Amino acid sequence: MLSIVDLYASVNDQLILKGLNLQINPGEVHAIMGPNGSGKSTLAQVLAGHENYTVDETRGSVVFQGEDLLALSPEERARQGLFLAFQYPVEIQGITNSSFLQTALNEIRKSRGEEEMDALDFAQFLKKKMELVEMQEDFAERFVNFGFSGGEKKRNEILQLAVLEPALAILDETDSGLDIDALRTVASGVNRLRSPQRSFLLITHYQRLLDYIQPDFVHVLYDGKLIQSGGKELALKLEEQGYNWIREAEETLPA
Amino acid sequence: MNQKNVEVQEMVRKRYEHGWTTAIESDSFDKGLNEDVIVALSRIKNEPDWMTEWRLNAFRLWQQMEIPRWAKLVYPDPDFQDISYYSAPKSAVPPRSLDEVDPKLVETFTKLGIPLEEQKRLSGVAVDAVFDSVSVATTHQQILKRQGIIFCPISEAIQEHPDLVQKYLGSVVPQGDNFYASLNSAVFSGGSFVYIPAGVTCPMDLSTYFRINAKHTGQFERTLIIAEEGSKVSYLEGCTAPIRDENQLHAAVVELVAHKDASIRYATVQNWYAGDDDGKGGIYNFVTKRGACLGDRSHISWTQIETGSAITWKYPSCLLKGKGSVGEFYSVALTKGKQQADTGTKMIHTGADTRSTIISKTISAGKSDSSYRGLVRVMPGAENARNYTQCDSLLMGNDCGAHTWPYIDVRNDSASVEHEASTSKINEDQLFYCQSRGIDREDAISLVVNGFCKEVLDHLPMEFAVEASRLLSVTLEGSVG
Repeated sequence: MLSIVDLYASVNDQLILKGLNLQINPGEVHAIMGPNGSGKSTLAQVLAGHENYTVDETRGSVVFQGEDLLALSPEERARQGLFLAFQYPVEIQGITNSSFLQTALNEIRKSRGEEEMDALDFAQFLKKKMELVEMQEDFAERFVNFGFSGGEKKRNEILQLAVLEPALAILDETDSGLDIDALRTVASGVNRLRSPQRSFLLITHYQRLLDYIQPDFVHVLYDGKLIQSGGKELALKLEEQGYNWIREAEETLPA
Repeated sequence: MNQKNVEVQEMVRKRYEHGWTTAIESDSFDKGLNEDVIVALSRIKNEPDWMTEWRLNAFRLWQQMEIPRWAKLVYPDPDFQDISYYSAPKSAVPPRSLDEVDPKLVETFTKLGIPLEEQKRLSGVAVDAVFDSVSVATTHQQILKRQGIIFCPISEAIQEHPDLVQKYLGSVVPQGDNFYASLNSAVFSGGSFVYIPAGVTCPMDLSTYFRINAKHTGQFERTLIIAEEGSKVSYLEGCTAPIRDENQLHAAVVELVAHKDASIRYATVQNWYAGDDDGKGGIYNFVTKRGACLGDRSHISWTQIETGSAITWKYPSCLLKGKGSVGEFYSVALTKGKQQADTGTKMIHTGADTRSTIISKTISAGKSDSSYRGLVRVMPGAENARNYTQCDSLLMGNDCGAHTWPYIDVRNDSASVEHEASTSKINEDQLFYCQSRGIDREDAISLVVNGFCKEVLDHLPMEFAVEASRLLSVTLEGSVG
């Protein structure tokens, strides 16, 4: 599904990712945890194709669904089945959630040679998806994220995920700023979207999201690299002991 | 022309899809303007003496006037002697019944998306099609007539309904109103006349489509709409012109009269040729549009989508005289290349309890310059007048400009006047967000721009809103990096 080899990326000439390696197979749920500034969000933005991030293409590679991901524009990545749930979803005034999502879905369908969905079919389709993430119907006709609370915005990201049905969904700190009820709803939405074909990459600062979404693998990102990988128990250890033991372990390693 | 030039030309042509010409034989006046030309124009239209006199009066007033220079527009003064003031397809004079219209003209309008054969028109819209200086066809006249509605070319109204024309022509925009309105009063030809009798709601949208075709001509149409007590009408106006290297002058006047409890909605989608990216060619659009809410609770609403013209100078206005009358102005002005637009409105409150709303959305791209200029005036007698104004500007790139010039003149303490303004650059985060959902960059831009304009687009009739939204996208294509 996704194979990241030796990824180096920088923003404003500052090197953030320093040789990151990650392999995600279909159906797997990976969680990346790490202290602030370790490069978590940079990884998400780089994978989605944000132009502010520069990838050193002489060094590593990112292959997604058999294609060179770095050669694709952000929209091509989305059409290939990559989805990023934003940490800070953007507001777009004047465009309803429903027409935004219909446009996006049809762009993706068109690129795959599938028939576009008309307004009527889409309305029914959207209604089902909204039930899945427990969103009230009136959100369909509200402007994209406009005037939404923090929790509503995050839930709206999960709705988009449900509608666009990507092969790989990256959730960038989707849990941050959520109260426990909102977290539960978001997590149950994600759980319902899990399938043997669909993979997830959860980027989070806290372990508590992983109480609700069981990951197959947990990785620790530190100073631009994944320095430790394991199962769910690694997340629990991080929760208990913080990141300091990792930091110390890392810093005592010979250079 | 070298290869690169050809490519550039192609690109411009692609972006302006109405840039072609119709090969048709025309009768045109020689260039130049004097009293003889005006008399000849009046004669060719078989006008009564009072009309000829009216024109000559306007011309004499115009000769003493100066070109207005207060707008934020830079352009060489038009040479008024270098323009032909009348051009009409030979086959179209006088306007005939629909089945006799020259097939070439029918084809021209079909190509513009305005089929003239009534049975082919899906929507209930009656159309007056104006080609250069004359109306070539007006549809649905019979159906409208049954309800006493008059919808015809203005030149026909001068012949058939002289009382109405004499009573109302110049009653809202007098002959000496301003430089371009006076010029129009002297030389106008083409344009529509609408009369809605008391108590009648016009059963379909009325529409005039203006097409400039001939070279070296100006278009000077005049539209007059009268809504009697308790009547209602919705009117749409569209316009296009071929791509030419020269600048062509369009100086129109539109007058609206709303009596007690009457309502007029006037919508424009202006897509005149805007010139190429270097600013060569394009229409100079100097237009005076004004509506008078004469009766109590009367209502006039202007909606405009301005995407074309090299120069736009246009301030659709409302005189709010009737007690409780309402004036509205909803505008989207999109400029790119080297286009310049100075547009806005005037809301003059003279009656008590009058209300006005102004929503202006300005989008500037390329090296264009766009200004909102608006006046809200509350006269001493206008007790409890209210105005709300909102002006938003969206900038694309670093070479364009957006300016807001609101003038507020309140002479009654009971008035409430609100003004909000914002200027922003197109938001890269929004574009990236759309892209990350599979929408390509150009579509993302048009999505964001459409969202920005939504409050205005919502005031257009459905069919027009779709067309306007498409036009915004097409116009922006390739204009943002």
